[in-house]
Amino acid sequence: MQVSRHWRLQQQRYALVGQVCTDCEEKIFPPRGVCPNCAKETDAQFEFSGRGKVYSFSTVYTAPAGFEGSAPYTIGLVQLEEGPLITAQLTDIDNDHVEIGLDVEMVTRKLLQDGDRGVLVYGYKFRPVVPVWELEPEDALFALA
Amino acid sequence: MTNVYITGIGQTPVGEHWQTSLRELAWNAIEPALTEANLRYPDALYVGNMLSGAISGQEHVGALVADYCGFRGVEAVTIKAGQASGGLALRQAYLALKSGLVETAVVVGVEKMTDRAGSELVSAVATGLDADYEAAQGLTLTAAAGLMLQRYMYQNGLELRDMAGFSVNAHANARNNPNAMFRNTLKAEKFPAAAMVASPVNMFDTAPDADGAAALVLVAADAPPAPQNGMIPIQIVGSGVATDAVALHDRKDVLAFEAVKASTATALRHAKVSNRDIDLFELHDSFTIFSALALESAGFAEAGKGWQMAQNGDIALDGALPICTLGGAKARGNPAGATGVYQAIEAVMQLRGAAGDNQIENAKTAMIQCIGGTGASVATHILAV
Repeated sequence: MQVSRHWRLQQQRYALVGQVCTDCEEKIFPPRGVCPNCAKETDAQFEFSGRGKVYSFSTVYTAPAGFEGSAPYTIGLVQLEEGPLITAQLTDIDNDHVEIGLDVEMVTRKLLQDGDRGVLVYGYKFRPVVPVWELEPEDALFALA
Repeated sequence: MTNVYITGIGQTPVGEHWQTSLRELAWNAIEPALTEANLRYPDALYVGNMLSGAISGQEHVGALVADYCGFRGVEAVTIKAGQASGGLALRQAYLALKSGLVETAVVVGVEKMTDRAGSELVSAVATGLDADYEAAQGLTLTAAAGLMLQRYMYQNGLELRDMAGFSVNAHANARNNPNAMFRNTLKAEKFPAAAMVASPVNMFDTAPDADGAAALVLVAADAPPAPQNGMIPIQIVGSGVATDAVALHDRKDVLAFEAVKASTATALRHAKVSNRDIDLFELHDSFTIFSALALESAGFAEAGKGWQMAQNGDIALDGALPICTLGGAKARGNPAGATGVYQAIEAVMQLRGAAGDNQIENAKTAMIQCIGGTGASVATHILAV
């Protein structure tokens, strides 16, 4: 698999860069040619905060190729605080503890290895937002840094 | 205005056809359809298929099947629209016949799924999702259905067992279908206990991947052609196709099948009938949530209440709106791109009065509908006798 297939998505995968419609101000992720709300052409970039809530979720037991080692893993539909839904794995949480409405934030993690000799693909996942005072001391230092 | 009639049908049993290849499966369905319709060469061949490239390493299936079936030289094309490929192939044939440029056509839906297994098959089926923004995250088709079902249960205060009626009905209706994959009875109380595939979707909620092929002979004519071999021609009176966002997260409402709504409205308007005139509905029950949402978006139930039709018997053979009358995808089996053509055949059998013990009394008008991906491509047709 060519690296370019993943490289061209790095702004979306590493920084949640989407768009904002210059006409109707709809926030858009992932980017697209035409605003889904008002059908005007879109070109203004917008970086999402990475905060949101779990809108729905599913724990995958029968995994696709490249993800077998991760199963069972939970995928969420996350509603970003700016509006759009995004499909992403949930991480740093037990599968049994996920629930609709959970506050989550984006982190960058390894998604998969593209074939036996392929590139390691990194991208967004979402983890529960934990208040600093509930963290272990060393994690709290990391979170504050 | 030229009408379009189905004059021949043919199908293979749905299941694991280890010794039969893609092209052989197609011929095994086409041959009986040609015989029934007394046709040797159609003007055009439309092949509905989803996965030949990913599973068999074979694209260019239109020409391949045409050659294998003795149609060398005949116009042929493959139609690919995920699990809606069969319905889209029927639509393309219908348009060609309506145009007057084609007088006879064969539509075949064919799928060879069992040449891959496990994670490779899961990945192949996931090619019908958004590769960059869904599948890259490890989403599978079943997990996408899981996201929909989880939200549906949350919004409507349901438990998994409330969805059981769809699968129970499908298994009951497959019992008398010799071409069905699962002809065993499924008890409602067993439903919630099955192993999870992608929660909350379990083994008894999801339709099985399988091999199969189904074929139709279509004829353009101003009036019903004379029955061949005693088989009454069935008219296609309505046809509608619509699309929605491929990715679930791009929809305005993940619990509304907008393409079901639009294609149903088009087909009904075209056929000059209303929901009340539909005697049976072959919907695409890949998952119980698809059935519930299809009933709602097609206008047979209010939003959030489609599941009740499975609990109160409305969808049974003697109910107000029988669905999946010969087993549906859940029990007949779900050979991806072939499913839409199986649905047409089953509707034809009902309208001919040839559905045996599963016959819907006085069936005059049938609706068939197949869904690609999580609802991105939907083809709806209305058949009448």
